[in-house]
Amino acid sequence: MTPPKDFTAAVGSDMRASQRRVLFVTRRTSPQVKVYDEERVQTFSEVLIRALLAVECLLIGLVLMSLFFNAPLEGIANPTNTPNPAKAPWYFLGLQEMLHYFPPVVAGVLIPGLLIIALIVIPYFDINIEAEGFFLKNRQQRLMLSMIVAGSLSIFLWFFDVYVALAPTVIIAALMLLAAFSSPQSPGRLRRYLALRPIFWWIMTWFLFELIVLTAVGTFFRGPGWSWVWPWRS
Amino acid sequence: MPGTIETYFDKLERTRVWRSIFRSGKGTSTLHNALAIQQNVFLHLFPTKVRKRMLGLGATWYLGTLTLGTFIVLVVTGILLMLYYHPSVPRAYSDVKDLQFAVSSGLFLRNLHRWSAHAMVFLAFAHMFRVFYRGAYRAPREFNWVVGVFLLLVTLLLSYTGYLLPWDQLAYWAITVGTNISSAVPLIGDKIRFLLLGGHLVNANALLRFYVLHCVILPLTAVVFLAVHFWRIRKDGGLYVRESEPGAASHEQQSSNEEQKTR
Repeated sequence: MTPPKDFTAAVGSDMRASQRRVLFVTRRTSPQVKVYDEERVQTFSEVLIRALLAVECLLIGLVLMSLFFNAPLEGIANPTNTPNPAKAPWYFLGLQEMLHYFPPVVAGVLIPGLLIIALIVIPYFDINIEAEGFFLKNRQQRLMLSMIVAGSLSIFLWFFDVYVALAPTVIIAALMLLAAFSSPQSPGRLRRYLALRPIFWWIMTWFLFELIVLTAVGTFFRGPGWSWVWPWRS
Repeated sequence: MPGTIETYFDKLERTRVWRSIFRSGKGTSTLHNALAIQQNVFLHLFPTKVRKRMLGLGATWYLGTLTLGTFIVLVVTGILLMLYYHPSVPRAYSDVKDLQFAVSSGLFLRNLHRWSAHAMVFLAFAHMFRVFYRGAYRAPREFNWVVGVFLLLVTLLLSYTGYLLPWDQLAYWAITVGTNISSAVPLIGDKIRFLLLGGHLVNANALLRFYVLHCVILPLTAVVFLAVHFWRIRKDGGLYVRESEPGAASHEQQSSNEEQKTR
């Protein structure tokens, strides 16, 4: 006599479309699991038309811009005449701003190198699938840790007079502090929102904030000799 | 006569030649539409079906699509620009001047290429942050995120190598500043710089190298990575959806078979 089967097997009807459907559910635990079987549309032609429309709108914008604004073209390259300031393209101005404070090996090699590595490893380190708020667990410890990190970073930036990068760091640290003393039940939408942010959100937001501020400063607020200028006064 | 064009197309689609090219056959059934994607070497990178709520503007902001759009605009305008451009000193500069003043629509062409390039860099960054904030980089999509990071780097390099080609003051000094940084790499910095520039200074050799990088090597690299990037979307289960998101609930159906969460 064969022992009774200890599991049930089930296969979804659209198994080929979503591969996660083959399952064995043991009778002992028999968990209730929700299934999301949602509406799909065909790529041909519904999705393709939408993509085409989106690109079309973009193209209209680009064409209008090209009609009204001319691409810059200066005098022919002259190795004996250095313009002041000599600026890199806008997306590298954040790095050029760093280059103003730190030696090239730090600002030009170490920082971008570490950034690229950090971006690549994010999905392999971010194991917090539930993406729960960073301060919802072990609040004391985590708050202390983040304040030590933010504090030492701030002192470091302050020591090298990098006030441009210091300001975003301090603002993010302040928001983290606010988040630590908030909960999903807090009054105020901002506090509820911040309380639910995971650690990777904080790191990325800090990076994004720095990127925007440094790029904006490099683009608009730097004049001859990389000195501070107000764009509306020139 | 009404319907003439339609009947014309109808006839065309029934010809042997047409059917030898497009094998999905005539019709608008689900099968035909699926085959139209599956049997096309370019479209088969994409899934035949997409979750409906991913088509809303809010889900992706179409940032990936738009980045691809700018890339296509850049390839087309770039090829046209190549017809008027010699990568040599001082010819390069006068060619760009000609584009500005002598070639018909040359100014527009160059403007479109330039602004699309800026737009592509911006959109690639925006796409990356959007994907991050949605959490779409998590398993099983880790590798596609990595491919995306490489594509961002290729995009930056494409834009940067293109920056030198007009051979004006802006180009020359931006590249001088940039390549000076590469000599800061410990031990092999000067060698890297020499390799990039084909010399110790930004000169005609550098222009030619940047031209080859900009027009051949980097675009081909981008296309290969793009193919992997799109194909992986399908292989990793389509565009990322969060099950807790609004919209999921309305489509939610309690399935008759019990399932166990495997992830």
